[in-house]
Order: sequence, then structure tokens, then C-alpha cells
Amino acid sequence: MTATTTRHNGDAYADLPRLMALMTGDEKHGPAATSTLDVLWVLYDRVLRVSPERARDPERDRFLLSKGHGPMAYYAVLAAKGFLPVDLLSGFGSYDSPLGHHPDRTLLPGVEIGSGSLGHGLPIAVGEALGLRAQGLTGPAVWVLTGDAELDEGSNHEALAFAGPAGLDRLHAVVVDNSSATHARPGGIAARFEVAGWSVATADGHDHEALYEAFTRPHPGRPHAVVARVRSKNA
Amino acid sequence: MDTMRDRFATVMARLLDEDPRVAVVLAEIGRDGFTDAARRHPDRVINVGIREQLLIGAGAGLALTGMRPVLHTFGSFLVERPFEQVKLDLGHQDAGAVLVSALGSYDWPAGGFTHMSPGDVALLDTLDGWTVHVPGHPDEAETLLRHAVGAGDDKVYVRLSVQSNDDARPVDGSRPLTVRRGGGGVVVAVGPMLTPVLEATADLDLTVLYATTVRPFDARSLRAATESAGADVVLVEPYLAGTSTPAAAEALADVPHRLLGLGVGRRELRRYGTMPEHLAAHGLDPAGLRERIVRFLDAGRPRPAGGRTAR
Repeated sequence: MTATTTRHNGDAYADLPRLMALMTGDEKHGPAATSTLDVLWVLYDRVLRVSPERARDPERDRFLLSKGHGPMAYYAVLAAKGFLPVDLLSGFGSYDSPLGHHPDRTLLPGVEIGSGSLGHGLPIAVGEALGLRAQGLTGPAVWVLTGDAELDEGSNHEALAFAGPAGLDRLHAVVVDNSSATHARPGGIAARFEVAGWSVATADGHDHEALYEAFTRPHPGRPHAVVARVRSKNA
Repeated sequence: MDTMRDRFATVMARLLDEDPRVAVVLAEIGRDGFTDAARRHPDRVINVGIREQLLIGAGAGLALTGMRPVLHTFGSFLVERPFEQVKLDLGHQDAGAVLVSALGSYDWPAGGFTHMSPGDVALLDTLDGWTVHVPGHPDEAETLLRHAVGAGDDKVYVRLSVQSNDDARPVDGSRPLTVRRGGGGVVVAVGPMLTPVLEATADLDLTVLYATTVRPFDARSLRAATESAGADVVLVEPYLAGTSTPAAAEALADVPHRLLGLGVGRRELRRYGTMPEHLAAHGLDPAGLRERIVRFLDAGRPRPAGGRTAR
């Protein structure tokens, strides 16, 4: 366990921009780089039952970063939580580094999937929820993070249309909505999950208490989606 | 006699009973064969509906939790339609699965080109680490399915077809069998092409190898066969012509050799009809095979030069 993780949580959160700067070279980060930061922080700090020691525990919660581009916030949170050493961050994207501009699960313990091509996380998460259920592992939760524009990919709709009727109640999706989809209608994301039988909550994607409440809302018998609304990437 | 697909359902029902790691994932196609198994194992016989990207993605997720997923639909919808899922969700994620296809290249010609997948094995050849089994008989399908499911977390493709050889042979999931020995060249018959190959070459002095596991390609066995029979080699495959030509050429790279790859043509026939009609159209019936094999062998023989008989 690194020194970072033993700090007070507020201090650890406050340290995330410094960790991201080790990758980006700049302490100031625009909305695109930080759109997922608070969602990731609240999940890893307060919701997910996983730790570096439990990275291979069958009973762990699984977090799948489906929106793999712009992973600096993800790596910063993983470093803050002790999944990877802080001194790896400065090698971001280099030939000998395990930290790519899209993550690779085979290079980093604690990273559940490699991502980069959009629309792969939710179908894999469905399979993990099915696999855990088939093995009688009813405790672990499966979480997947997508972007709002990522939902353009039809593969997501195969997965979400199946998961609701299949009653995959250990499956959770967080859609970080930065209004980046070119063709979208207001409320469209929540409506699509709802019509497929999911429980849905919408929260301010930078409000930690609102996110925590949305993440932990009971959803018996149904998968749960949280639409986390953040500033537009063009703001 | 049951078909390979019938056998797939009965074998998988037994494997589901025997091994708690095994899960079967379907996309509607083939579900009727699994009615009883689904009743016994409701969490391990999963039908995702007509959703082939999810079929592969969910299979990968099952594997990542420690299961041994067996994914099944027609070849067109198992390998071609969700090819990026095969490449990334299985390959890039390093997740194992058994893909079992049906219909092959022309099992249902009346269904047209949408239900034909002659390019499945060639597509998988662009990826790393796939084992490919092409059984030529329902009994061999059973053997190779058990082999595939039991192969740890390997990525395995099993190509089932209604085309079948007259007899089953003792295939072992890795090496080809020597069916006939001769001195004038080697024919490698893949899966259900063995019976037409044996008929086509009955009176020719050729070694006939029978291959049902084509990836990894057993270079050593081909090389050994050419040492006694000569290095005129004909590959006869029930999918795209020439699919294994690069592998055979690599096996013989440092010796003089001649190589002919026979199989399904690229050109769309735009015909319906029956399998025998499609086999004949692609030159894969005994007459078509014989004609092309004889022409290839003759072309390699020393010819008279300048009016005098050579040697």
C-alpha cells in the first residue's frame, strides 16, 4: 500500500490533479480529461469492494472502463488507490510503459478489460454478470463505464436490451454524459435503459454525494444505470 | 445417422452435466437442441436472442469469470458479423472460448450467400492463437468438441457441416492421419473433403493425408509425407481455396516444391440449389478434383523437349 492511500480521503482526492499532471504535463485539465474523474473517485473510494490485494479475488466487484480513451483520470485513481505505483505515471504512452492511451488488462493488475474500441464493455459486463450468477457468486457487482456518445454503438443496445429482461441485478452501468453524441434527444439515454427494464438514476457527475446516492440506490431484480451529467466536452 | 449439429447438442448436454465450468451461449440458432439441457442448467445455457455481438462479448465476460464458454450459431454470424468482437473481446482480452459454427460454405445453398461462410477459417488466420477443427464425420465432431472444450482456456473454432465422409476415423485433435501411401505426391484432404478426394485419386500413386485439425497447421507431418512421396502437394479444403496455402508453403519453404490449393472459389455463384450442385460448381466433386489434380501432377512431369524424349 502506498503512502497516498493512507492519507485522508479528501487529501487523496485533492492529489488527483497532480497524479494526472504526471501523465499530461499540466496541472490544469479541461472538461474532456476530467469528465470521468469524480465518477471514478466515488466508485473506487466508496462503492467498489475491490483493492490491490483483491485484484484476483473471485468475490471482488468488477469495474470495466469501456470508454477507454482519455484514461488519465482512471490511472490517477488507480494510482491513488494503490493498484499501480505512482512512478509509472510519467511513462504514460511510452513503449516500455504498461500505461497506454487505451488500457490493456493484460499489462495492469486491477484493470478488468482492455478498451479503446467503443461498445465492448457493456456486452462483456453482461457476460461477467452471467458468469458470476452461474457460479453462485451473488455478492460481486459488475460496473461498466461508458460515454454518452459511446452508446451510438449498436453493440451496447444488444447488451442493454438483453440485461433488463434477463434480470441481471448485479450489473451496473454508468453513462458519463458530456453531451458529445452528435445525434441525441434530451432524456434519451435514461429512456432507453428504462424501456429495457433497468433501474435508472440521474445525477450531477461532479457531485460526490449525489453520485454516491445514485450508485447505491436499491434496484431489486433489475440492472441499474446511472446517468452522470457533466460539462460538455466543448464547454 | 445424426448430423454434426445434432451431435453437438447431445455432446454439450453431457459436458454441461460433467463440468460446472461449461456454459453454452446461443443466439436463437440451435436453441431447440438445448431445451432439456437449459431446463437442467438454466444459468449455463444462455440464449441472448438475435444478438451476435453480444454472443461473443458475453462469452468473453463468462470466460473472464472463469467459465468455459461454448458459443454457437451459423458461421456467417459467428465469425464474420462480430469479427471485431472475436478479435478484441477474445483475442485482445486474452479470454478463451470455443466457437462452434454450422452451415459452413454451402450447407444450405437454397438459403443463398447470406448463409454461407467460406471465408471463416481465412478470417481467423488473421488472428493469433486459434485452434481450428474441421471434423469430417459426426463421430469426429464429438471427439473434437470434447477436445476443444477440454483445451483449458484456448481459443478454438469447430466448423460443423452436414457434408460428411462415409466413415469416421480416429482423429486426435492435433495431427493428420495417413490414409493412403503413394510415391507421386501428397494430397491433404481437410474434413468432409476426404471421401471425394479418395474417390478422385483412387488409381493415382499419391499419399493422402487426412487433416481435421488445420490450425495450428502440422508442418512436420506434411514435411514428413513429402519426404517419401515427393513435394507435389495438393490441399483440398471445404472453405476458401488457398486458405492453408501459406501454411503449407511455409512448411516446405526450404525445399523445392509445387503447391495447389483447392477449395471454394471467391466468386459468388448467385445460385441456389443443392450442396452437390455447389460442390460441382466449385470443382470439389470427385470429377472436378480429379481433373485438376491430374493436370497439376502432369504439369510437373518432365516433358519432351525439341522433338526428343527427355531423358
